[in-house]
Amino acid sequence: MNKTLPDMKGYFGRFGGRYVPETLMPALEELEQAYAEFKADKRSREELNRLNRTYSGRPTPLYPAENLSRRLGGGRIWLKREDLNHTGAHKINNALGQGLLVKMMGKKRIVAETGAGQHGVATAAVSAMLGLECAVYMGEEDVARQALNVARMKLMGAGVIPVGTGSRTLKDAINEAIRDWITNADTSHYLLGSVVGPSPYPEMVRDFQSVIGHEAREQILASAGKLPDYIIACVGGGSNAMGMFYPFLEDTCVKLIGVEAAGRGISSGSHCATLSAGTVGILHGSKSYLLQDGNGQVASTHSISAGLDYPGVGPEHSFLKDSGRVEYASADDVQALTGFRLLSQSEGIIPALESAHAVYTAARLAEKSGEDTDILVCLSGRGDKDMEIVKPYLEDAIE
Amino acid sequence: MNKIDEVFSKPGSRALIGYVTAGYPDLDTTVKLVRLLALEGCDIIELGIPFSDPVGDGPVIQQASFRALQNGTTVEKCLSMAGYLSSEVSVPLIFMTYFNPVWNFGIKSFVERAASAGVSGMIVPDLPVEESPQLRDPCKASSLDLIYMLSPASSEKRITLTAENASGFIYLMSVTGVTGTRSQIPAGLERVIAGIRRYSNVPVCIGFGISNAAQASSVSRLADGVIVGSRLIQLTEEDPTLEKAGCFIRELKGALADE
Repeated sequence: MNKTLPDMKGYFGRFGGRYVPETLMPALEELEQAYAEFKADKRSREELNRLNRTYSGRPTPLYPAENLSRRLGGGRIWLKREDLNHTGAHKINNALGQGLLVKMMGKKRIVAETGAGQHGVATAAVSAMLGLECAVYMGEEDVARQALNVARMKLMGAGVIPVGTGSRTLKDAINEAIRDWITNADTSHYLLGSVVGPSPYPEMVRDFQSVIGHEAREQILASAGKLPDYIIACVGGGSNAMGMFYPFLEDTCVKLIGVEAAGRGISSGSHCATLSAGTVGILHGSKSYLLQDGNGQVASTHSISAGLDYPGVGPEHSFLKDSGRVEYASADDVQALTGFRLLSQSEGIIPALESAHAVYTAARLAEKSGEDTDILVCLSGRGDKDMEIVKPYLEDAIE
Repeated sequence: MNKIDEVFSKPGSRALIGYVTAGYPDLDTTVKLVRLLALEGCDIIELGIPFSDPVGDGPVIQQASFRALQNGTTVEKCLSMAGYLSSEVSVPLIFMTYFNPVWNFGIKSFVERAASAGVSGMIVPDLPVEESPQLRDPCKASSLDLIYMLSPASSEKRITLTAENASGFIYLMSVTGVTGTRSQIPAGLERVIAGIRRYSNVPVCIGFGISNAAQASSVSRLADGVIVGSRLIQLTEEDPTLEKAGCFIRELKGALADE
């Protein structure tokens, strides 16, 4: 498997690139330069490792979900506990990395988008800790369904700007964040939260998130004495999946499965399963699979989980789909709720609705597998933020 | 000599370029507006093909694009309208749109259809020069100018690269930001224009934020032309009879002629 990508122009095969207004090109060139310096500088890397340890609480544990596995009566499920990170999800891994880059570039202000609010909270936390001004764009619909995260961001000093245009979700929050960045590129850094966007973001965010896969690889070798048979992660933009998969790409005996959100079902048209149902297009700075209509207009999407509710996907995922190295499946809203309940009840771990898509898919796979099958799941975040959303669906369990 | 080159070949003149979002408020009004702009003295008209996610645009053009799409405006309808308009008005028409609608239509067939509709050029704000060969080569084959944008933040290296590849004219954004009206036009454009001039004779037109005759007059001293968009759309909205839009163009035309 080719781990030298992206190429010099920021492409993963035919995907990626840099499709942005000219105004942003100087900022992207500056960022590319800063990131190259960061990678070459041992002190910067050590600083990131130190913050990962002392601020986030890394390494996150690998937990053998024995109750769940026993209940399913098949393969062994292992959970990589990204939900135990500070601020509650894997998003902090990237926010810390880019935060250090912002300091290195001498910029004073951070712009970010957020869907479920997890990236916004991580960015707000890092901004507070590093003494940077922070503006987070968030779709109005997400502001309403993730009120707790809005309050957390504000408490830590971030400005939260509701976005009322378009579908009023993550896609439109990214549009507004890009517009802010275009206007303030000389003073502000866009702390993009997923492996999407123009080069160098897909590569850089993947690298900062790869700490997940590197740790998990060592941990499972130590605990299970072998590599896992399957690795499963949810995919919206795809940052937790990319970070988990990347260190395993060359281990071709390990099957990698990305799980997209099928919303109300792919045939309903009300979903965000980009790799399962999309066609190639250009959105937010890169060429990748995209949910769009026959006229090249970006489609509106739906998922019960705000963090997966996005019509695009990272270009490296598109490349991995076409190459066949990763298989992309999907789970719908109801299945995600099943995964949510299953893990909460069997292990006392409430997963984020995003991660619940991966949990569900892993559970179905475990049922069909033999006892010697090891299934590693990226539990990308915790579900506290989702309690208001799931309440009406899980009344019988909660009341 | 193509129609865009002809516009700039008149000695001493400054071109006035007007932008309209196709399908806003509806396609019939767009046709009327384009005729009016040509009549009142626009030298080039940009027809915006609406896109769902116009990240380079401010609130005015975002809203116009949104409304145009709600009205059912498609690439196909824009091509038909351009074909009709190019037989009605003599000034060159240029398509302005984001890359995805073009990509989705098929680059080669889009360019061929645009050329046969009598369109003279294209502006694609999210296609920087590095990514542009995929569109530039088909444009060349169909004698369409691919018009590049530069900003006050563009480096010498990028100015050179753009100037070397430019045809038609270069669209210089007056500010680093999105489209929209602004009360002041900042300084710093001279550096970029001087940079372009070192490598190319291609005309330079300035747009973004130009909302009155005085601004048009002041930036036209630096450049070969002035582009107006958001203000024109605001006036179309304020006055559906289009009288205000017509007056605005007349004022700008007067201001440019006085230079």
